[in-house]
Parts: sequence; structure tokens; C-alpha cells
Amino acid sequence: MTGAAITTIPAPGAGLNTEMKVFAVMAAVLALIGPTGIVYPYFIMQALCFALFACAFNLLIGFVGLLSFGHAMFLGTAGYASAHAAKVWGVAPEVSILFGAAASALLGVLTGLLAIRRQGIYFSMITLALAQMIYFFYLQAKFTHGEDGIQGVPQGKMFGLLDLTRPMTLYFVVLAVFLLAFLLIYRIINSPFGEILKAIRENEPRAISLGYKADQYKLAAFVLSAALAGLAGALKALVAQNASLTDAHWKMSGEVVLMVLVGGLGTIYGPVLGAFVIIAMQQYLAGIGQWVLVAQGVIFVACVLAFRRGIVGEIAHRLRVAL
Amino acid sequence: MKLMVSALALTAALVSGAPALAQDKIVKLGILDDMSGLYADVGGAGSVIAAQMAIEDSGLVAKGWKIDIVSADHQNKPDVGVNVARQWIDQEKVDGLFGVLSSGVALAVTGVAKEKNVVYMNSGAAASDLTGSACTPNIVHWTYDTYLLANGTGKAVVKAGGDSWYFLTADYAFGQALERDTSAVVTANGGKVIGAVRHPLNSSDFSSFLLQAQASKAKIIGLANAGGDTTNAIKQANEFGITAGGQKLAALLLFLTDVHSLGLKMTAGLQFTETFYWDMNEGTRAFSAKFSERMRNKQKPTMVQAGVYASVNHYLKALDAMGGNVHDGVKIVDKMKAMPTEDALFGKGTIRADGRKIHPGYLFEVKKPEESKYPWDYYKLIATIPAEEAFTPIEKSACPLLKK
Repeated sequence: MTGAAITTIPAPGAGLNTEMKVFAVMAAVLALIGPTGIVYPYFIMQALCFALFACAFNLLIGFVGLLSFGHAMFLGTAGYASAHAAKVWGVAPEVSILFGAAASALLGVLTGLLAIRRQGIYFSMITLALAQMIYFFYLQAKFTHGEDGIQGVPQGKMFGLLDLTRPMTLYFVVLAVFLLAFLLIYRIINSPFGEILKAIRENEPRAISLGYKADQYKLAAFVLSAALAGLAGALKALVAQNASLTDAHWKMSGEVVLMVLVGGLGTIYGPVLGAFVIIAMQQYLAGIGQWVLVAQGVIFVACVLAFRRGIVGEIAHRLRVAL
Repeated sequence: MKLMVSALALTAALVSGAPALAQDKIVKLGILDDMSGLYADVGGAGSVIAAQMAIEDSGLVAKGWKIDIVSADHQNKPDVGVNVARQWIDQEKVDGLFGVLSSGVALAVTGVAKEKNVVYMNSGAAASDLTGSACTPNIVHWTYDTYLLANGTGKAVVKAGGDSWYFLTADYAFGQALERDTSAVVTANGGKVIGAVRHPLNSSDFSSFLLQAQASKAKIIGLANAGGDTTNAIKQANEFGITAGGQKLAALLLFLTDVHSLGLKMTAGLQFTETFYWDMNEGTRAFSAKFSERMRNKQKPTMVQAGVYASVNHYLKALDAMGGNVHDGVKIVDKMKAMPTEDALFGKGTIRADGRKIHPGYLFEVKKPEESKYPWDYYKLIATIPAEEAFTPIEKSACPLLKK
């Protein structure tokens, strides 16, 4: 499924300008729209967390060709780790966020070592199986409070200066973390390391024959993706002030696939837009009650039929630019 | 990118409803419930109808009040619940949150209600922590909680002769808490617990668990689970002829709509605790007749929906007594605690300092098919749990509000 969907492989350096312009516009729009309150800031913060999660996932599927069906375990793990650190140990928010991301990275190393030994559907199934094990562990573990989750996570003061209980401060902190992480992902993709990842995606035996240790590269990408997904999870725990089983459930692993597919697989802006679309659907369709799932299904079908490359992928294809 | 901007503009257009001005006599209620998932029949659209009926019955609209309802599906996701609640309060000026089934969401919303100082009246969540360690000055927990379920069913069933128990427990926090609490109640009342078997959440095959329970020869098989697990266990117990063999099932959490969908053949003889049944007296029957007329599937109200009606009713009474909406959650909740409650559905009652609504509980047994005379005639009353015994005694409450 991966080979057919990815059509926009940016030649190194060629698309740089458009991409950076779009980045500037995105950063400006997000920075300006929050304080105006036209769109509810908490919604944007939530969507940004998921956007980062989707970008982390896209790093793996879009650029290494590995479809992980267990990414919720990283989102959930980081959420629980940072919520526990902030609430029970009372550490500062920047420490709890880093702790959450580190916990996910560690989990990424352990699960990655097992999972990358297989390819294609087997890789997906192994990640799914591991994620389910983690899910049931969280369901039982004492510190997660089972299905009640960790509630009332204190937001505290970042670096002892920024009072995160103030919505606008929190908004810009979340935005800054998102933009930095986004740039990091962009940098990874366009680095020599990223080129090798793409080479592995296109033809793994050839990459190996050229002397690259494909497994090590894949593991590194897997751990990076896990750590970034963890960053998203930890940030989200801070925004929503809770960590719950929803984030570790397999449905979340499915949702992130949906976000990336709707936005555009293998594009760098696709996951961001996809996350906004899916989260907007969940939030704003909440008012129509029982029809929410039907609406979600219809929109998804429409997306798949109308823009097979995803929304951003389709735009990039029409305009012949890399996005 | 253009598309993204227009998508944002579109969402912006969707969000910005006309905000109500902070004036007297304008009230906006938010019903946050599971509208599409496994609890949708228990609360869901019925809870919205119940709230509308409470507003109509209050007569406040005729006195010049403007009372609106917004409702949303929290999809049983805590973060969706929190975001919807926050947005309602910030942008639509919602004064009170009602309903909120599902303990995870219910606990998550607690923080928002406190932070934004709105009234939060829960009817539907089981977690007794809402008025225990997680209590805030903004909460009133209306219909039932795990303490009532464990204590009510455990004690009453033992007294009614069911003195040996075997548990079939869903293997997660809610199930384990129910099993632990009920076991304590059973032994304290002179019964004994022969054993327990844990099943994974959302099981479809209970055969081996049920056979163990059957072989234990316990008089009562306690179902410490909820939703689909409970209904599946009941169905399969029926297939194994467990109830026909003289053992009784005690479901710890079961709603009228579950009995309705399973049918009397499956559920006959089942015992469980609820705080409301539509066919209790004149008042409940009159309410239920009006309610089911308005429901699309003509269902009778569950205790959760009745709880939404009664809590909205009491909330509006408190506002009326205060002469207007002061838009201050803690003040209104304090007023509600100071006023005794009275409504046709739960009778007379009170709201304790920790936010716990106090009313009697009832142990029901499901009728045999031949005993049922008319549609929805499902329960017979076995025992009444007096109001003062139904909930955690206040001296044992872990609520921080009490330690002043």
C-alpha cells in the first residue's frame, strides 16, 4: 500500500523553498489565530498534539515504509509517564514532558528491536500485538488508575517562569514545541540519514548491498518516531490535564493512520492537516450525537474516493510541488 | 495551505455561536453524555429529553426565564469530554453540566467544572470517588455509585438468604473494586465468599468461567462487571441452565434497558440494585408515561435519565429560590445543598456536604415472563435500602471538603 500512495518524493533541495514558505505561513497563521479566539485555543492545542503524533507516525510510514499499527502505545506511555511525574512526583512541566518522551523512546528501543526484524504486514501485526500488551498492562497497573485514568494533572510553571495555567501561555508553549519538533522532523527527512531511510523504503536489499546496515537505520527511525510520538503524548497530557486509556487503545493507532491517510501519506504537511480534520470532526460533530460516527465514515469515504493521495498529497500533485 | 485556512475558517464559523450575555434569568445547561456508544440507551438522547421535561415542569420559562440546553456526545473519551465542557463554558456560557456517564469522563470533567466554577451534577457515572477523594465544591453526584451497588446488593441479597457467593469479575479497576467491596459487605453480613474468577474485559465467551461458578455450588453468582460483559454473561448463564439449576445471578450494575434488550426469559430471577424504577408509584408512572411518549423507541426511563430530570429540577429550584442566575457554581451548589430535595421520582432527599445526593436504593428482582402483565413490567421490589445506609457514611468519606 505504501509504494502506490507515495508519489511526491522531493528531490533533495528542490522543494525546499515552497516547503519553508508554507512553514512560515503555517507558523504565522497558528500564532495569530490563537489569541484572536476565532477558533477555540484548546481545540488548536489538542489538534497540534495530534498533528505532532501524526507527523511522528508519518516519519515511519511515509519515509521508511514501515506501517506501525501500535503507535498508540507511545502516545499512551508518554501520557501516563508525564502525568504521573507531574502529579505524583511534582516535577516541573519541562521535566515531565522530557520524561514522557524518554519513556516512549525507551519503549521504542525495546519494541523496535523485536518489530523491525519483520516486514510488511508482519511488522504491523507485531507492533499491534506489543501495543495490546502495553494496553492491558496499563489497564491493570496501579499507577494508571485503570479506566479512570490519571486526572487533574497540574500544569505548573515551565522553567519556573511561564505560568501554564494561563491559556495563552500554554498555547504558545504548545505551539513552540510543535513547530520545533516539526522542524526537527523536516531536518531528519532531508538529512543524509533521511536519504538512506528513503533508499531503504524504495529498495531495502539494494540499500543493504550498498553497505548500509538497514536494520540499524530502521531501528533509529523507529525510536525517533516513538520519542516524537511520546513528546506529543506528554504534551497532550499537559493540555488535557489527564492521561487515559483512550490514548493507549488500538483505536488510537487506527486513528493516526486515518489522519495521515486523509492528510497525505509521505507529505510533511499532510499529517498536520489530517490531524486537524479528524480532531475537528470529533470535536465539532460531538453536537450531532449518535450521527458522529456515520459522519466520520462518510467523510473518510469521500476523502478516499476524491483525493487518493490525501488532501495535501493531492494539492502537491496538482501544483507539482513538494509539501 | 489555502484549504487549511478555509478549513480553519469553516470550523471558526461553526464554533462561534451567539454567546449569551451574563444576565439574570438566563440559564444554559450542557448535557454531556454517551450518545452513540454502549451507554447511549442508558443516558444519551433520553437524558436530553429528561432535562427538557424538567425545564418545562419547573414553570420558570413562563416566569420570564430563558433556559437553553446544549448537548454533545463525549464518545466515552475523557479528552473529548473535557474539551467540549471547556468550550461550552468559555464560548457558549454554559452554567451547568449534567449527565456525564462513564467514570473516566466524569472524573476528567471534574477539574474543568472546578476551574471554571460551574455547577456539575453527575447522573450516570459509577465512581464513588466523585464525592470521595476527587470531590470538589462544584459537584453533586445524583443517581448511584459503586458503594451503593456493592453495599445495596451485597447486604440485601445476603439478608434475603443468598449467603454463599461466587464472583465473576471483569478484570480491571471497576470490576475489582466492585468485587472487593461486595465481598466485604457479604462477609460482614454473615455470608461467605466461596471464590471468584476473573474474566478479561469485553469477553465474548464465558463458558469456562460460568462452569467454574456452577461447580462452586454457591447460591449466588455475583456479576462484578458492566455493559456488554454483564449481558453476555447472563445470556450464557441461561444457556448453561445455571439459573434453572437453582443458583441465582446477582448483577451488580444493570439498567432497565439491559433487561429490556435481553428479555425476561433470560433475566428472570436476576437481582440487582437501582435507585429508580418507572413503576414505583403514581409520580414515577406519570413521569414515565410522558417520557416514553417523547422517546423515539418509546422506552421507559432508566435511573440515569430519571437522575438527570431530578438534578435539573433541583438546580432550577435553587436558581428560582435565589431569584436569578448568579453564574457562580459554588454558590449555587451550596444553595442546593442547603435546600432539601423533593421530586416525584426520588422522593424527599438531601445533598450532603461532600456533594453526595442521598436517597433510598431498591433491590429488585426481574419478574418471570408469566408475571409480567404489561409492556415494561419487569421488576418486583425485594427490599428497600434506607437512604442513610445506601451511601458511604459521611464519617468515612474521603472528600477533602469535609476536612476544614
